Amino acid sequence: MAIIAPGTPVPEITLKREDGSDFTQEDLRGRTTVLVFYPFAFSPVCTDQLQVYEELLGELAQQDAVMYAVSTDASFSQIAFREKLGVSIEQLSDFEPKGAASKALGAYFEPAGMTNRALVVVAPDGVVAWSHLAASPGELPGADKVREGLAAVPAA
Amino acid sequence: MSDDRLAALRREQPDDHACGPADAPLVVVYGDATCPRCQQAARLLREPPRPVRLVWRHLVLRVRGPRPRALAGALEAAGREGRFWALLDRLLAEPGRTEDPDLWRIAGELGLDVDAFDGARRDAAATARIERDLADGLALGAAATPAILTPAGVDHGVPDAAWVAALHAG
Repeated sequence: MAIIAPGTPVPEITLKREDGSDFTQEDLRGRTTVLVFYPFAFSPVCTDQLQVYEELLGELAQQDAVMYAVSTDASFSQIAFREKLGVSIEQLSDFEPKGAASKALGAYFEPAGMTNRALVVVAPDGVVAWSHLAASPGELPGADKVREGLAAVPAA
Repeated sequence: MSDDRLAALRREQPDDHACGPADAPLVVVYGDATCPRCQQAARLLREPPRPVRLVWRHLVLRVRGPRPRALAGALEAAGREGRFWALLDRLLAEPGRTEDPDLWRIAGELGLDVDAFDGARRDAAATARIERDLADGLALGAAATPAILTPAGVDHGVPDAAWVAALHAG
């Protein structure tokens, strides 16, 4: 599955926010969005990744960008995970139908039935500015990748 | 961060905490002394099956609470007295005994002036060093602890004997 390419408008997707409301492609408009796809809440490596990304949130705010973390875990698991990590990155659940949004964006790992490890940066106009799919779910995109993605957003 | 600065960070720097033969393959660990996988990595790399030139830099993440900063500060304070690795080895040997009273006890046992140590580990220079290391680590692509920098890139696993062998083969 290929990750969604830069220049592509984000198709119709529906994820669940932590408060149970829908998060759709319309919520991507108006500011830059970094979507972080991670395989599983509570897996040790995912734990580290979001704690490292938390260090970048000040930079993101300066660029009027917001970060969300996406997995196929149910919202309750994601919230418990986020609270355990002590991070503030809002979680979006791709639980039902399982992985539908991740599949639409090319960020699903079929062999294991889970979200792949991917980053998608969406410009304020709802068009993908940059995307990155890890060579394997065990490969972690570093903080430098997030910055590379933000740098690819066209100037307003 | 400039490309020159990134290139320099991939090499040993004059103020790095480094050990091992200078001509052995370089391994730069961006680590948190409270992190079990960092401890596991450091234990192996302190007594590697084949020689490595080991550099430790700090990757202290704010969301992990006060202890990673406390241990990084203690290591910096010990480092100023030439006891960086001696303290790290003690922390690795007793990872469950790293509260402040433990640090004071260990500092005394290492022959450090405990009051000076306790001041140094909290001072502005220690803070600046720890923050600089974090910024450098993020720029180099750290995404977890440990983030281990070798000529092949950044690795987030825990090294084992085969990893060291591959480093030598590379």
